[in-house]
Amino acid sequence: MAESEFVYVTYIRTTPEKLWQALTEPEFTRKFWANTVQECEWTQGATWKIVVPDGRAADTGEVVEIDRPKKLVLTWRNHLFPEMEAEGFSRMTYVLEAKDGVVKLTLTHTMEKKDSKTIKAVSNGWPHLLASLKSLLETGESLAGTDKWPEGI
Amino acid sequence: MTLMGADVDLVFKALAAPERRLLLDRLRADNGQTLTQLCARMEMTRQAVTKHLKVLEAATLVVTRWRGREKLHYLNPVPIHEISERWIDKYERGRLGALADLKTKLEGKKNG
Repeated sequence: MAESEFVYVTYIRTTPEKLWQALTEPEFTRKFWANTVQECEWTQGATWKIVVPDGRAADTGEVVEIDRPKKLVLTWRNHLFPEMEAEGFSRMTYVLEAKDGVVKLTLTHTMEKKDSKTIKAVSNGWPHLLASLKSLLETGESLAGTDKWPEGI
Repeated sequence: MTLMGADVDLVFKALAAPERRLLLDRLRADNGQTLTQLCARMEMTRQAVTKHLKVLEAATLVVTRWRGREKLHYLNPVPIHEISERWIDKYERGRLGALADLKTKLEGKKNG
C-alpha cells in the first residue's frame, strides 16, 4: 500500500442534522472532543482548525467538500507533534447516512504515505471519541474524562 | 450503551471463531486488503474467507470501501471499544494496560 488509511463505522441513534452539529459545533465538541473547538466557516475552501483550551491550533486544514448534513471532507495536519506535522496534510472524511432512526457514521482518514505516524495516532484516538460522541447523542452525557484536554500535551 | 446496527450478539458471535479472529489480525497488520490479498495468506478456501468476512461485516467489525474496481476490507475496532466501555472504567484502563504489558514481556507475544 502506498498510503495509510483507516475506516471506522459507528451507528448512532440520532438524526444526521444533530450528528453534524455534534461534530462541528463548540457546545458539543467541548463535551466529547477533549474540550476543543473547531473554527471554520464551513464552506468549501474555508480554513479549518481545532483549537485546544490554551488557544493553540492542534490541527489545521481546509474544507475540501461539504454537503451538510451528509458529507464533509477536510485536509488535516497536526501541529502539536513535530513528527506528525512533518508528514503534511492527511485527508479526513465523514459520511452520514440515515436509516430507520439510526445514523451510520463512516469516518475515513487517509495519508498518502506508508506507515504514517499521523494515521497511527488518530486511529488510536478516534474509537474513544466516537464512543463518547455516541453516548452524548444517545444519553445526553459524554464519557467520563472526554470533556477535558489531556494534561501535558 | 446500546450497539445499534452492530448488535452486540453479532459482535460476540463474529469473534467466537478463530478463523475470523485471524482475519482481524491480518487486517490489523495490514489494513485495507482485497479479498484476493486476504486469501493469499490464509489456509482457507476463497469461499470460506468470503463467508467469514460476511459475518465480520454484519457485526461491523470489518467495513469495506471501493477504490476503483477493488473492494478493500478494513478492521473497524469501534464495536470492540464500545463493549470495553461497557465494562471497563476509565480509571482501570491504565492498570489493565500495565498488566497487558507485563504479560507481553513475560510471554513474549501479544495474541491469545
